[in-house]
Amino acid sequence: MARKPIYLDHNATTPLHPEVKAAMADALDTFGNPSSLHGFGREAKTLIDIARDSVAALVNATPEEVVFVGSGSEANNTVLSALSCASAHCRNGMAPGTDIITTTIEHPCVLDTCKCLQDRGLAVQFVEVDQYGKVDMAAFEEAVTDRTRVVSVMMANNEIGTVQDIRTLAGIVHGHGALFHTDAVQAVGKIPVDVRELDVDFLTFSAHKIYGPKGIGALFVKQGIPFCPLVRGGHQERGRRAGTENTLGIIGFGKAAEMRAREMSEEAPRLRALRQTLREGIEARIPDVSFNGHPTDCVPNTLNVSFDGVEGESILLYLDLEGVAVSTGSACASGSLDPSHVLLATGLPAERAHGSIRMSLGRANTNEEIEAVLGILPEVVERTRHMSTAYARRRS
Amino acid sequence: MSAGTSWAYTEKVKEHFINPRNILDDEDAYPADGKGIVGNIKCGDEMLMVIQVDKKKETIADCKWKTYGCASAIASTSVLSEMVMGMTLEEARRLSPKEIMAELGTLPEHKVHCSVLGDKALRAAINDYYGRSGNADKVVKEEARLICQCMNVVDHEIEEAVLDGARTYYELQERTKLGTVCGQCEEEATQLLDQYVAEHFGDRD
Repeated sequence: MARKPIYLDHNATTPLHPEVKAAMADALDTFGNPSSLHGFGREAKTLIDIARDSVAALVNATPEEVVFVGSGSEANNTVLSALSCASAHCRNGMAPGTDIITTTIEHPCVLDTCKCLQDRGLAVQFVEVDQYGKVDMAAFEEAVTDRTRVVSVMMANNEIGTVQDIRTLAGIVHGHGALFHTDAVQAVGKIPVDVRELDVDFLTFSAHKIYGPKGIGALFVKQGIPFCPLVRGGHQERGRRAGTENTLGIIGFGKAAEMRAREMSEEAPRLRALRQTLREGIEARIPDVSFNGHPTDCVPNTLNVSFDGVEGESILLYLDLEGVAVSTGSACASGSLDPSHVLLATGLPAERAHGSIRMSLGRANTNEEIEAVLGILPEVVERTRHMSTAYARRRS
Repeated sequence: MSAGTSWAYTEKVKEHFINPRNILDDEDAYPADGKGIVGNIKCGDEMLMVIQVDKKKETIADCKWKTYGCASAIASTSVLSEMVMGMTLEEARRLSPKEIMAELGTLPEHKVHCSVLGDKALRAAINDYYGRSGNADKVVKEEARLICQCMNVVDHEIEEAVLDGARTYYELQERTKLGTVCGQCEEEATQLLDQYVAEHFGDRD
């Protein structure tokens, strides 16, 4: 293929920022154990400290409030598992049966952990969302009570990009004396995220969604908040996450955070404009489409569209053959047989969820790329619809 | 999610996916002797198959199809449509999913269920032809009770899965994909599972 492949799947992961790549390459020989007192160890420790400052600054936390972990999933597991410990003898323990509240559109690492906690006898409530993926405020206020111990609501949804009003939700939760966690993996680096302004107790974010390396995430833990580690047995991360530090990953994360802080404010309107071009182009060129997610409360880079009468995996694979990378909420692409739980939670009929495509833009995407996609997509959808039983019947 | 450069399917699947054969262009204009439709859009796949029959020889003279389905459904039905041309109706009916798979190469395991749709639609089309042509006696009513509406799984498939080693509801789901969409058939499927296990392996376990 003559044309360079077009990557529109930045919510899945991002390529390394060139500056991140350079910083990590420079640090490849920094092998010392950051816990060692000698020069080798101190060199690594210094680089980690610098990175921690940048990572903390990106969300307006203090460096001491940042715990480096292996991934966003680990950060989410840590919060939920730690705060649902049922032991009466643990200083951070909670009484069995105390409520945990989350939503129906969370990432599986939250949903599955919550289901596991349910199996262990804890009361978990899954608050529903409206047609745009916004948390149902009335249901949320009703769910949170004085029995509630911890509430976890994602800031921006990975599939549809809908952004929740975290500050308001946290306020409700704190009014009942409970703790508030937000999975901000898809928000950090795309929109401003300030832990003080949001007034959250825990916040999860991850390097590989912001042009950093994979295998390194961060959990913000507000100073003075009870905490219990998931991985025990080491003094690393102030005893909050055992295991020798992922020095290289942390250095990459630090540089990625630094670059985000510099580039995000200019990039956001540019991506928003590209997404608008994409959306309008699709509307103008392809009949029978609908868009999923909130029209305004949405991260700037995410466009989720359903094409009537076609199955998303076919579209994904035909686009892949044309060198365009997207993702789908169709069952067939997920390895399970169920379509996206997020789209179903917004009340979208299953057939529209099966026919959904997510395009998530990033810093390197250009107008030319968007135009190229708009040149390819109508033909791909048309070809798939031509052989579709569902579309033929719909049209007749 | 993306297949990327290392395509998750074989070259043959890929080739048929890119250039599917025998697509039904205009359903209304096609003089079908038999028509079969299986699956359900809500579950993410649906297949329509139409055939023209050489009435003297009782062979398939032409075969066209359409699908709301994924790459596996498209490729396997495209291959199937080529395989059955010229076959007698009985030969075509006996074609097993395994033979279609053998022709295709292999599919990722969770995709196998997508590939049997064409086969089921073909058998429905053959029955439809017999029904229409006054050969109701040749209609093979698969003496089957539909257990899972979503995934189109009947009782004898549960029996086959049991014979194939399934002992738990989960293993049954893995093998037949039943109960993986709405889940309403769990109770009935579990009863059948127990019944078949008792029938075939009752003395041994």
